[in-house]
Amino acid sequence: MSQQHRPSTKGLALELIDIYKSFGKTEIIRGASLSVAQGERVAIIGPNGAGKSTLFNLISGRFTPTRGEIRLMGQRIDGRKPFDINRRGLARSFQVSNLFTRLSAFENIRCAVLWSMGHRYAFWRFLADLDDVTERVDEVLEMIKLDKKRDHLAMNLTYAEQRALEVGVTIAGGSPVILLDEPTAGMSKSETTRFVRLIREVTEGRTLLTVEHDMGVVFGLADKIAVLVYGEVIAFDTPERVRADARVQEAYLGSVLADQQVASAAA
Amino acid sequence: MTIDETRAAVHFKPLNVGRWIVWGLFALLLIVAPLWWTSGFALTMLSQMGIAIIACLAYNMILGQGGMLSFGHAVYSGLGSFLAIHTLNLASAGKLSIPVSLVPLVGGLAGLFFAFLLGYVTTKKSGTTFAMITLGVGELVWSMSLMLPEFFGGEGGISGNRVVGNPFLGITFGPQIQVYYLIAVYCYITTAAMFAFTRTPLGRILNAVRDNPERVEFVGYNTQIVRFLAFMASGFFAGIAGGLAAINFELVTGEVVGAHRSGAYLLFVFLGGATFFFGPIIGAILMVIALVLLSEWTKAWLLYLGLVFLFMVMYAPGGFASLIMMNLRVAAFGKLRRLWTSYLALLGTGLTVLVGGAAMVEMTYHLQMNAAMGPDVRFMGVKLDATGLDAWFGAAFTMVLGIVLFEFARRAFRQEWDQTQEEIEKEIKRRESL
Amino acid sequence: MDQVLINILNGISAGLLLFMLSSGLTLIFSMMGVLNFAHTSFYMVGAYLAYSMSQAVGFWPAFLVAPLVVGVMGAVFERYALRKVHKFGHVPELLVTFGLSYVVLEVVKLVWGLSNVPFSPPEVLQGSAFTVMQSSETGLGLMLGAAPKALCVGNDTVKLACSTFPAARFFIMAVAVVMLLFLWLLLTRTRIGLVIQAALTHPEMVEALGHNVPRVLMLVFGSGCALAGLAGVIGGMTFITEPSMAAIVGSIVFVVVVVGGMGSLAGAFVGSLVIGLLQTLPLTVDHSLADAARSLGWAVTPQTFGYPFLKITLSQAAPILPYLLLVLILIFRPKGLLGTRED
Repeated sequence: MSQQHRPSTKGLALELIDIYKSFGKTEIIRGASLSVAQGERVAIIGPNGAGKSTLFNLISGRFTPTRGEIRLMGQRIDGRKPFDINRRGLARSFQVSNLFTRLSAFENIRCAVLWSMGHRYAFWRFLADLDDVTERVDEVLEMIKLDKKRDHLAMNLTYAEQRALEVGVTIAGGSPVILLDEPTAGMSKSETTRFVRLIREVTEGRTLLTVEHDMGVVFGLADKIAVLVYGEVIAFDTPERVRADARVQEAYLGSVLADQQVASAAA
Repeated sequence: MTIDETRAAVHFKPLNVGRWIVWGLFALLLIVAPLWWTSGFALTMLSQMGIAIIACLAYNMILGQGGMLSFGHAVYSGLGSFLAIHTLNLASAGKLSIPVSLVPLVGGLAGLFFAFLLGYVTTKKSGTTFAMITLGVGELVWSMSLMLPEFFGGEGGISGNRVVGNPFLGITFGPQIQVYYLIAVYCYITTAAMFAFTRTPLGRILNAVRDNPERVEFVGYNTQIVRFLAFMASGFFAGIAGGLAAINFELVTGEVVGAHRSGAYLLFVFLGGATFFFGPIIGAILMVIALVLLSEWTKAWLLYLGLVFLFMVMYAPGGFASLIMMNLRVAAFGKLRRLWTSYLALLGTGLTVLVGGAAMVEMTYHLQMNAAMGPDVRFMGVKLDATGLDAWFGAAFTMVLGIVLFEFARRAFRQEWDQTQEEIEKEIKRRESL
Repeated sequence: MDQVLINILNGISAGLLLFMLSSGLTLIFSMMGVLNFAHTSFYMVGAYLAYSMSQAVGFWPAFLVAPLVVGVMGAVFERYALRKVHKFGHVPELLVTFGLSYVVLEVVKLVWGLSNVPFSPPEVLQGSAFTVMQSSETGLGLMLGAAPKALCVGNDTVKLACSTFPAARFFIMAVAVVMLLFLWLLLTRTRIGLVIQAALTHPEMVEALGHNVPRVLMLVFGSGCALAGLAGVIGGMTFITEPSMAAIVGSIVFVVVVVGGMGSLAGAFVGSLVIGLLQTLPLTVDHSLADAARSLGWAVTPQTFGYPFLKITLSQAAPILPYLLLVLILIFRPKGLLGTRED
């Protein structure tokens, strides 16, 4: 990928410019670059250990890149704290549900919207009086189909419900750029199909970046696919062209696709 | 047997009537208590309980609601006490005209100020490191108290006089009963304020920070600021408690900022129950009873306290409040009657163990500390010869027998309890699907 | 000059004793995530046990056996109490050790009484390890043992001064260094050390490989406590053995660990030495900020603003210096001097 410092282009939701990340002596991300346009849906795929979660952690502020720039809507966010990045318009979900286990589903979503709705560190108003917040939370709960479970503690929800709540907490704040880390991990086929529909609905009009292993989800959800291998983005294009890319086939997709073709032929 | 399952079922959606009743009863209790227990001693205890309730609730703002374990919170109530008593003395000397009833607020502002000053550094870290920092800061303040006798009064502390200025409507704060009602008013208002705090955005986000500080950052909040603000709020209320204590005792010594006081807050708030709002109230009452009464009855009180605390951490980490709530839940489902006999058995055998064990502890203490007073120990109205073999054998036998029987009772109870919980779970599921 | 050298050595020996304590604490914290609030309680028990044992069988057997007994106590506590609260999280673990510290203190007071016990070093360790002599003629000199009076008392022409370094303190340094080496070798060169290091980050995997991880953790906790007990034996005999010794050292040890960096043994080492010196060296300085200001020509009187602060001498302020350092470190270098993990 290009080593030059490119000036930021307006209209790009997210830009990764030559990102490097080492942990001690181990280099995980080696020169990854990516440009995601506003409103695009990008799936990041790659073999295990390629650095997909690390990339998410770098973008969302959990880690700082060793080298390189990350820009969110033109502004640099590398090196910034997670809350700073979130306030600038980026929200992420986690591969392992990272919820407020002892709070109810309703409270979980409420915590996710309080800042974005301007209530900050207020201790002079009652939560119960914040009608705008309550409305928004109920809206989100309906979207993720958890309105019936609003008072259930997060730890008492089923796995799929927790994943839904996880997505809910991520999108509730209204961030224009959403990162979903393996949202359908551990779900059955039918659950996955339903969940993909849910994701498409709730991320309507926003920029979506998702890490996925399930090719069905990828091809059904994504406008573009980025292939991450050994910390580098070796391909970034529409699903058809990525599928046809020889390097990708060699590095990753080939065997998977072959299996799928055999499976669909047998079906 | 977790506390959280209890919480789901006991999450009241109270009709406002329920809330009014609870707060009304609380006010009634505060008003009526000294008319019920009229002795001077009772009044002293009630006054101290009022102060302790404020201090413990303040401490729980950071422990139970914020998940921040502090070993040095006495610093803020203590410094509040010191500033309050200096203010009283300034008022007595005519240099400052401030009504005595507002002096606790001075304590509160002092607590707030020092929580701001020291809290910034303290809340930079969380978890275990935070705990150690509070220990260090507590020791720092304690050591400074020894080095600055001008402010801290050295060995003798600073004394003051709460009867200052012109009486207002006949109130001079000379008699203890008037001080009690001052404490009661502050107690009611601060309890309401701290309860209200839990219902605000900051209060709720504080809970989120307790449960999952990382995720809170990803939804836009700077957790350090959240914890810092909560710390300051806690310091404010702790300072008010300190100010009231200064008025109540008219004497403030260095130990009010010491490690023992901080440890007491931690111990009793935990014992009372950090996971429920009213838990620290129970803890505060226990604290005053233990520090005032228990210490009179036996020299081994600190040992008993430590053992009870250990027991609670291992078997009931939610404290007495959680035990009460769990049983309330069982009662709500109509199954408490069934457990009565098991509870009785547990109580009986437990008491046997306690009596036997306590007898041995008391005799040991007597031999160690009071040997000069002869070999006899008064234990629960009976004279025991601490040097004689009979008493030892009797006590040991009682304890061992009690332990054996307790184990049987415990197993039986466990079975019944688990069965009851299962039935309750089934019932909850049944109601949900309706 | 001789005095300064001895003071530095005193500071270093105090620091090494602190290191014996903070290393055990760091190990337990690194391995188990548990901050052992009762760590210095085990220190105290080690001292008292050694005292009682040495009354019966002499110092050296006590020196070897007492730490082992303390280690076993620690292991038993881990097995029956700590393990039980492990599932509740780190805060209850800390609280259970907090409760233990109360109970241990009371039991110690019960068994040995409220005042200090006369735990003194054995014959061979009483007296001086060596003497540093300062002569205005020949400069600095060193002699093993105690120097004869003739070399220490000067006259008008030749100024002589001697400072002795107690053998007991020297023994502390020796034991601490040996123990440090042993620990380092154990962790980096032996199989059990490898297992421990692995169990630190991947306990489930290590268990899946067939190692008894709970037993390893019990071993680590017990060893940490044994280290504290060993420190207690040599600390108790050199300094004073009394019920408050646990509390006095307790808060300092925690400061050391935070200053050095949580979870870092090297940091604990550096932190211990720094704090040890910080506690010892200022004790000889009887000057205050007021004195310093006056020597610069500023008039400082009791009416000057902040006089209560200014008149405090450095030796009076010595107790709070470690805590001031703690605050400074937290502001300017929150990770600690050599800190690696952010918790």
